[in-house]
Amino acid sequence: MAVENGPKLELPENVFVSKLDELASWCRKNSLWPMPFATACCGIELMATGASKHDLARFGAEVFRFSPRQCDLMIVAGRVVMKMLPVLQRIWQQMHEPKWCISMGACASTGGVFDTYAVVQGIDRFIPVDMYVPGCPPRPEQLIQAIIDLQDKIQREGTITGREFDTAGRQARKRALVEIAAPLSIDASRNPVLQRELAAAAETAPRS
Amino acid sequence: MPHTPPAVDDVVAALAERFGAVEPSVYRGQTRVVIPAEVAFEAFEVLKNQGFDLLVDVTCVDYLDYKGAKHRYGLVYLLANTATNQRLTVRVFADDPDPTVASIVPLWEGANWLEREVWDLFGIRFEGHPDLRRLVMPDEFTAHPLRKDYPLQGRGERHNFPVITRDHS
Repeated sequence: MAVENGPKLELPENVFVSKLDELASWCRKNSLWPMPFATACCGIELMATGASKHDLARFGAEVFRFSPRQCDLMIVAGRVVMKMLPVLQRIWQQMHEPKWCISMGACASTGGVFDTYAVVQGIDRFIPVDMYVPGCPPRPEQLIQAIIDLQDKIQREGTITGREFDTAGRQARKRALVEIAAPLSIDASRNPVLQRELAAAAETAPRS
Repeated sequence: MPHTPPAVDDVVAALAERFGAVEPSVYRGQTRVVIPAEVAFEAFEVLKNQGFDLLVDVTCVDYLDYKGAKHRYGLVYLLANTATNQRLTVRVFADDPDPTVASIVPLWEGANWLEREVWDLFGIRFEGHPDLRRLVMPDEFTAHPLRKDYPLQGRGERHNFPVITRDHS
């Protein structure tokens, strides 16, 4: 449709044109609701970040909620052991979309110095992670920087329908899983999540 | 000056009289005795009747490849008498396969979780325990990770979880 010679459109003052995606992202990034998943000393720094001295409220992310259903930013602060990981995954699944995850500190990101049978070697093996914070533990400034970077990321690529989460890069596993030497010394009969996963794997596997 | 608990010669004598050689030894003022596994429960009964009313701890040592060790597992019981302040370390040995000792939960209720922890991490079975389940490791775990022949980094249990992507949620 041609618009030439039409009436001139003039914007009133204090009005500007943008995309709905950008408006949604602007709202989202400035009111992140963190869900503290604090299991170790990083949790202390996380609390310090939320307290008055470092004052996370300056960045609109001070409202910590202890229910995943009221949060959209999970901050995993501290090591996660294999007994805790199913809980972590469940809490992540209970959070409403759009949601993001910060892996805070060396332990949450890589297992840290705890390279033992019980400690998960990085939560990004099992749940999606958007931002990694190095340090043991990181200072509150580092966590604030991670939140600012996450806000940038949300503003840059956020969409109102959450299309950015469907991209292949976001779906890919962040790191390769370690090849597991058979036989496993795990008894799946007590773990419903593992049972479902095994049943699904058996269904999709080619029949021989 | 470090505190030295009162002597326990009378208790050691009572044990020796009933169970023969209990190999008493003293290290830094702490007396230790070794009790044969077959009579362990009777011996603990005697000790409880002697006034050892507090079970401080139950733990275990894996002596795999240990120089001069005659047994694979050594259980360590720390007892205290809160009236006289006497303390006694009791050792009971167990061996593969199926290392088993008598549970002392009927004598000291506090042994319940201590023995569950030893079962969980060392795989020592406590005969007569009312509820011998794992205490610290997840229920689906099948190994006993503090045994010396268990690799420090495990056998892949820590990787054995479904991977959740953005698709799942």
